[in-house]
This record gives sequence, structure tokens and C-alpha cells, in this order.
Amino acid sequence: MQQLIYFFQKYKFFLFFLFLEIIAVALIINNHSFHKSKFISSTNFITGGLYQKSSNLSEYFSLKEKNLVLVEENLSLKNKLERLNSYFDSISSHQVIDTIKLNPDYTYTSGKIIKNSYSKTDNFITINRGKNDDISKEMAVINSKGIIGITDNVSNNFARVQSILNSKSNINAKFKNNHHYGTLIWNGENYNIVQLTDIPRQAVFKVGDTIITGGRSTIFPEGIPIGTIIKVPEELSAVNSIDIKLFNDMSNLGYIYVVTNLHKEEIKNLDNNNE
Amino acid sequence: MNRTIYLILLFVFLLLLQVLVLNNILFLGYVNPYIYIVFIFLYPIKENRFPILITAFLLGLSIDAFSNSGGIHTFATLFIAYIRLFFFKVIFKKTTTDYQLFNLRHESFDKVFNYTAILTLIHHFILFSLTNFSFYNFTNVLINTLFSSVFTLLLYFLGSFIFRKKLT
Repeated sequence: MQQLIYFFQKYKFFLFFLFLEIIAVALIINNHSFHKSKFISSTNFITGGLYQKSSNLSEYFSLKEKNLVLVEENLSLKNKLERLNSYFDSISSHQVIDTIKLNPDYTYTSGKIIKNSYSKTDNFITINRGKNDDISKEMAVINSKGIIGITDNVSNNFARVQSILNSKSNINAKFKNNHHYGTLIWNGENYNIVQLTDIPRQAVFKVGDTIITGGRSTIFPEGIPIGTIIKVPEELSAVNSIDIKLFNDMSNLGYIYVVTNLHKEEIKNLDNNNE
Repeated sequence: MNRTIYLILLFVFLLLLQVLVLNNILFLGYVNPYIYIVFIFLYPIKENRFPILITAFLLGLSIDAFSNSGGIHTFATLFIAYIRLFFFKVIFKKTTTDYQLFNLRHESFDKVFNYTAILTLIHHFILFSLTNFSFYNFTNVLINTLFSSVFTLLLYFLGSFIFRKKLT
């Protein structure tokens, strides 16, 4: 017994050090495998609040640029609306369209990025929307130019988004001009370039083709732009991937939309019944 | 008492500096200084190591919370906080009675440089290895360690030079 006490006396610093290191290792593993590190993340009250303040201050420096982006988006929306109007006008049979009866598939919630990261192998973004704004886990985050990521950790006022620049991101994507699907991943090298793998061999594509999200997941709506092909390997096999340049500059993001799929539960239930 | 307030202010200052300013630098895309470890260099040397281990743990944890990195900074910071005393004894050759009066400012530059450079390199190496979390891309880890260490040390010596001029 005395020997034991003596041992503790002698190595008390080392044992304490070891104890704290074990906590640190537990946190690392927790962060790597489960994404449920609720407490030590940028969504909690203190860290989220501080980032919100700092972002409120720094957003004044990019107001002009943000305005240009908004004008661009307005322009594309107006053009789309005009096309839709002309389509409705050209319908010969006069059917009254009751817009209340049309149920939308998705609703959008606007928000702002208060903390961005793009230089690590696993990047996360923090946004200023949380449970109080009906945000939950696994919702798509996009902006006017393209996709950004998927929410993975939500607190009352903030949410953490797993960026597409994350080694664990797997997003279903397809070519704009045909219906061949692939999986979008990131190899961790350049933050403007992501990779598309698992492309079927019969798919035809060339440099410059546009990639959009496929409608196969319940998270992303179909047809959100992603980027254009910039490099195609000489011989395409199952392990090869094509490089895609993102439309978004991931180092310079501001306002975002969170997409809520209103039929998510229904689709999930259907899938479960089939199994 | 005065010293405790000074340390608390230093803690908060370095944390905010790291999180709000330095984490956004990313020189050439990946080189980033981690100046918050200066807290470990400046913390008074004592025989009792519990206080420094606890503060190092808290410092690492706060940095981790802000940068969403699990416990990577905590691990690396704790490690240099623990081995600090060993390098201190080897480089400065002080006995226990000198600890109370010791101040990094009164030591010669080459000794201070050796001390800070070794601790910085160890910290950054652990940090980038854990960020990588595999042996794939290992040269990347070494390059990152080297460049970021140079950046951190440069900032530390510039900072200490400026503040020293002001105080005396």
C-alpha cells in the first residue's frame, strides 16, 4: 500500500498529464467518427456568439460584392420567371391554377455564414441558423452559385455545416446533359477543385461539361449547380475520378440558403418499407 | 495576485488573437501561425506542474472549440506543457531556487531561441500529424510543420521585441 502511495506521489504529474491526454484523444476520436461532439464545437453559445459578432463587423467590408451577387441572382430568377410566365400564357386550354393547392417539395431558409474554413482536410462551416429556425441535421446548404454542404450539428441558434470540402462528404451528382450519376468527393488538395467518382463506363462527357446535383438523395434538390469538368483522366475506370472546378469560390462565401425537404420522412419511410 | 491577472489577460488576448485574426491568414493557402503556444513559454516555471497542465488543457480546448478540430490542439498543447520543464532544465541550466526570479527577457537570445524553437517544432509536428490522421501525405506534414513553425517563431520574436522596447 505504501509503495502504491509512493508511486502516485512520484508520478503524480505524469499521471495527471496522461489523464488529460486521454481526454484529448477521446475528443479527437469522437470528432473523427461520430460528429456528435456537441460541446466542443463552434455551435455552442460562446463560440457561436463570438463568431457572430466578428462576422457582423467584417461583413461591411464586402457589401459591394454581396450586392453584385444578389443582383446576379435576381437577374437569373427574373429570367426564369419570365420564361415560366410565357409558358403559362402559351397553354391553350384555360385551366385555372390554384397556387395554394400546389405543394412545394422544398422550402428555403436564408442565413449567413459566420465562420468558414477551407484549408484543412475536414472543413466545417458555422451558420447563424439553428433549431429555433427549424434547422435540423442533414439539410442541404446552398447559395446562388452552387452547393456548399450539409448541416451536421445543430444548437439553438447556430448550426455546423459539413462542407463539401470534407473527406467524409459524399454527394450524389450527375451530368447536366445526360442522366449518368456519380459521387462527389474531395481529395483535400485544392479548395476550388472537387472530384467525381463512381461514374458508369458508358457515360459520355468532355472537359467543360456542367455537373449538377442528382435527385437521388433526400437532402439536395435536383439540379443545383456544382461546377464544370476541367480534367478527364486518359482511361476511365472505377477508381479514376474526374476533376471539377466549383462555381463557388469556397474561400469567399457570405449568405446561404438552407433547404428543407418537406417529403423527407415520406421518402425515408418508403425506402424502409422496401427493404 | 498581479501576476494572475496578467496571465488571465494574456490567455484571453492570445485566444482571441489566434481565433479571430491568425486563423484567417493562411499564407500561400496552408501556412498558418499558432501564436497561442506563447502562453506556454511565458507561464512562470514552477515545480508544481498541475496549474500549467490545467491551463494548457483549457487553452487547447478553447482553441479546439473555435476551430472545430476535436481535441487536436488540446493534445499538442498539453504535450509541450508537460515536457517544457525538461527542456528548460537542459537549456537554461537553472536550479529549483532560481525558478522564482526567472524571466525569459533576461536570458540570452540563442538560449531563448533554442527553447522556443524546440517546443514550437514539437507542438506543430504533433498538431499537423493529428490533423492528417494517417501516414499518407507525410511529406505534407513535415513541410507544414517547418513553414508554420518559422512563421510562429517570427511572429513571437517580432512581438516580444516590440513589447520589450515599450516596457523598458
